[in-house]
Amino acid sequence: MKTTNKIRVLIAKPGLDGHDKGAKVVALALRDAGMEVIYSGLHQTLDQIIETAVQETVDVIGLSIMSGAHLPICEKLVAMMKENGLDGVHLSVGGVIPYQDIPKLKKMGVGAVFPGGTSFKKIVTGMNQLFD
Amino acid sequence: MPNPDDIRNIEDIRSGNKLSGARLIQLIEKSDPRAFKLLKALYPDAGNAFIIGITGAPGVGKSTLIDGLIETFREMDFKVAVICVDPTSPYSGGAILGDRLRMQRHVTDKGVFIRSMASRGHKGGLSRTTKDCSIVLDAMGYDIIIIESVGAGQAEFDMIKLAHSIGVVSIPGAGDGIQAVKAGILETADIFIVNKSDRPDADAAAESLKMMVNMRSFPQTQLLPKVYKTNALDKTGIKAVATAFLSHLKFMRQNGELTRKKNELERVYFQSLLEDLVMEKVFESMAVSKEVEAAVKRIGSHEINPISAAEEIADKILGV
Repeated sequence: MKTTNKIRVLIAKPGLDGHDKGAKVVALALRDAGMEVIYSGLHQTLDQIIETAVQETVDVIGLSIMSGAHLPICEKLVAMMKENGLDGVHLSVGGVIPYQDIPKLKKMGVGAVFPGGTSFKKIVTGMNQLFD
Repeated sequence: MPNPDDIRNIEDIRSGNKLSGARLIQLIEKSDPRAFKLLKALYPDAGNAFIIGITGAPGVGKSTLIDGLIETFREMDFKVAVICVDPTSPYSGGAILGDRLRMQRHVTDKGVFIRSMASRGHKGGLSRTTKDCSIVLDAMGYDIIIIESVGAGQAEFDMIKLAHSIGVVSIPGAGDGIQAVKAGILETADIFIVNKSDRPDADAAAESLKMMVNMRSFPQTQLLPKVYKTNALDKTGIKAVATAFLSHLKFMRQNGELTRKKNELERVYFQSLLEDLVMEKVFESMAVSKEVEAAVKRIGSHEINPISAAEEIADKILGV
């Protein structure tokens, strides 16, 4: 039987920041690149993000963070992903991310970082490269 | 010898492990051969869940209504799973699956499982694998499985192949009495829900549905569909809808309709499996694909018309 491999992405906004225009346009760009994008809405706790990723069997969790809390959030989420059997799932982060934080995020295990201003093309390529 | 991994997997799924159940659904969606092995083993564990279908046009409030139904059913101590289907883009093949964002407050509840599916080109308002997915959730022990169709127009009524009880959601101002008597998804309703009841014309919309129900004749085995007004955002009327679904279940249990319906749904499922399997095996065979290619060439050069060419090949396959 023919098998179909579609990249499933969870786009999630952790915490209190209430701006999701960016998350929505990225979701659209990924949809237009042929991916299945689950959008879980604003104000998600890390528990909610983990549970959603489990129930939806996503290949990537894409966080949108504008609050400046990307370092502690990603550190905690990476640990929680391991605890919950999501070792094989990729993590990517976009939003207001200072360039000097990118190496720190990568070291934690974040697969791809897309600071504000990254083109859709680069985001799509970056997401696809996670699976190379 | 069965694979020890498979056995562990099956045990995990039976005991309701969400990670394992979700992974099987992923294998099903990928048409992975391992999925069918596991499904075969799990099939005897399924068949106990009450399957509710929720359908209606885009934006009428299906997901928000389901959010309220989850809450009510959880208060009654039922375990609830939801499958929400959203459309796949015919251009890119991608999809935005956004139904669950209305239900996220339930996601960490141990007795709730929510899964989004893309329709992947399937036309009837669900995806091809929605049924298989419901078998997994059933085997995981969910008492109630709610299936949300894509935003449906008039003709996406695949829900009748899956659900034991169907709620059709509409909103005030979406059509007059003539819309209400047309054939299509309105005919499939066991329960009518007029959502956004705070809007003007909600009463008129409910009345025109009631009038339509009264104009039709129903067999005695069928409960007369009732019309409920809800405002899903502030949860007005949701409990009545949840209770109506359970009353419908009780009614069907008492008069034997549930067994008849379940058997009919299994027959439909079995037939579509058989069709898929036969088609696949036929087209996989080299002889047939060569015949097909040859016919395509002859059709292209106007040597034969497509109808006769199809008849010729069908006769050959069947050995007529």
